[in-house]
Amino acid sequence: MAEIQSYTMNFGPQHPAAHGVLRLVLEMEGEVIQKADPHVGLLHRATEKLAEHKPYNQSIGYMDRLDYVSMMCNEHGYVMAIEKLLGVTVPIRAQYIRVMFDEITRILNHLLWLGGHGLDIGAMTMFLYCFREREDLMDCYEAVSGTRMHATYYRPGGVYRDLPDTMPKYQESKFRSKKDVDRLNSIREGSLLDFIEAFTDKFPGCVDEYETLLTDNRIWKQRTVNIAVVSPERAMQLGFTGPMLRGSGVEWDLRKKQPYEVYDQVDFDIPVGSNGDCYDRYLVRIEELRQSNRIIKQCIDWLRDNPGPVMFDDHKVAAPSRVDMKGDMESLIHHFKLFTEGYCVPEGEAYAAVEHPKGEFGVYIVSDGANKPYRVKIRAPGFAHISAMSEMVEGHMLADVVAVIGTQDIVFGEVDR
Amino acid sequence: MSDRNETLAAQIDERFGERMTRIPSICGELGYEIDKEDLVEIATTLRNDGDFGFEMLVDVCGVDYLSYGSDEWTTSSATGTGFSRGVEREPVILDEADEFEPRRFAVVYHLLSIQHNYRLRLRTFTGTENPPIVKSVVDIWNGANWFEREVFDLFGILFDGHPDLRRILTDYGFIGHPFRKDFPLTGNVEVSYDADKGRVAYQPVSIEPRTLVPRVIRDDNRYSADLKDVTDG
Repeated sequence: MAEIQSYTMNFGPQHPAAHGVLRLVLEMEGEVIQKADPHVGLLHRATEKLAEHKPYNQSIGYMDRLDYVSMMCNEHGYVMAIEKLLGVTVPIRAQYIRVMFDEITRILNHLLWLGGHGLDIGAMTMFLYCFREREDLMDCYEAVSGTRMHATYYRPGGVYRDLPDTMPKYQESKFRSKKDVDRLNSIREGSLLDFIEAFTDKFPGCVDEYETLLTDNRIWKQRTVNIAVVSPERAMQLGFTGPMLRGSGVEWDLRKKQPYEVYDQVDFDIPVGSNGDCYDRYLVRIEELRQSNRIIKQCIDWLRDNPGPVMFDDHKVAAPSRVDMKGDMESLIHHFKLFTEGYCVPEGEAYAAVEHPKGEFGVYIVSDGANKPYRVKIRAPGFAHISAMSEMVEGHMLADVVAVIGTQDIVFGEVDR
Repeated sequence: MSDRNETLAAQIDERFGERMTRIPSICGELGYEIDKEDLVEIATTLRNDGDFGFEMLVDVCGVDYLSYGSDEWTTSSATGTGFSRGVEREPVILDEADEFEPRRFAVVYHLLSIQHNYRLRLRTFTGTENPPIVKSVVDIWNGANWFEREVFDLFGILFDGHPDLRRILTDYGFIGHPFRKDFPLTGNVEVSYDADKGRVAYQPVSIEPRTLVPRVIRDDNRYSADLKDVTDG
């Protein structure tokens, strides 16, 4: 009888630990993985091709749907590329708002990652804890943009509108008692900034809670320490960015090294790992939660003291206000032009990158001077990370694949685009 | 940032001379056009030489320049046909042509130097060959593997020396290269569940392509240099 050497196993695409629609074809020897072949593209929507057929502003909404757990950071990359081509300077208040919401988004993303990663490798409670805090941040999204997820809040030239003075409140219903509603609304009495400030005050305590559950947890360490070790050289060679690169000990963060918006005005630190294993990447992301919280606090202080415009005032690109339109002929024409044809962007090409929660999110736009981009290329951090999947899981057990998917923080919206 | 770019540009000029042609940029980015025969050599130097140290390949991107600079709707006088009705579709150019225009397909590489904090863009045209082909850079930057697969999948550009050039984003058994400009936005086939056959079946698309907003290019005098207000900066 011929000796059976290895066998092939199919993982996903419908598998709760595949974080969406990942299909992995694993070549195994016993329970040890020899080679992994990830099949992606099951969520491919041709975002880039769609963007070529739409005026610039109409694609902002598509950006939310790329990495659908860090919506505003995607928008940020896209609008920054357009602003670069247009040569637009964003008002300082809008820059602070963007930085604040980028960091809120980073916390949102890392909380989902932490909850999902924990759940995948056996820490059920994490998921519940993380989603509790996520809910508050979703409310911030809702307060500024009207939607909890797909905000379309950043626009070329600034942000859609200024921060609101009131928070949306819960209402009594047959599912929610008066007592519950009062409790939930008690922190929603003030403005959005008050609400975010209350959040930043309590959040470090929440991170402590997560850490008591995981950081010294024996099972957690068994599942993450020395799993999928990536050396700094390999990490750069493979195109890793963000926490994946910092976990390997490379101090690289676009917010510090190539600062955009007002990141050079705020004070924060970049955490780095030392071993490049799953545990280090976990520690890096946990520390990023604390640092993001710090940045948000600084932004709140600034935003309280400095009112001002949140959109630049060239109405060839940015829509005039509703009120102006009613009485001013020119504003009406601008509005009509903007919402039928859009604006033409000068011929040229630009690459804008932001430090997305997952790594470097870049948008490369080629413009031929039309009202639609000629080519949009989205550089998704997750795409580079998952391409290294095979290398990272080689020689590990089947159960570690799940830990690696978790540590890479994969979201298929951005990988497949 | 732009001063640093000039330093890098001077270094590149000195080292490569005319083999790298600077692409003018309107936003202070550094980009070069190179011949596809020089790609591997230049890329190797850029990665390994201490002056450049581009240890990371951030992105590989295909571009199809087929309809570059053409608009769908030109109005020099008043028109009775409105907007989308005014759009006339270009006839489809078939892929079976033996040769392409020399400047039709380009591959754009975005490089990042972590040690020096530089960014650099390289663009190379694939020339007239059908199918278009360039040398792979997977041996120089291992991270290029999937990026090149993606360009192959979406544009049909082959990468000579790539270890595993398969489709990546499109469906199993997909025909065509969807990001080429002559590939319709609606696609060519649609899928539905066929109850008789008991499986998902392909058939030609039933939806009509339509243009809600036509593509227009306007000469916007805000961007012309001689009309700029000097005091405006």
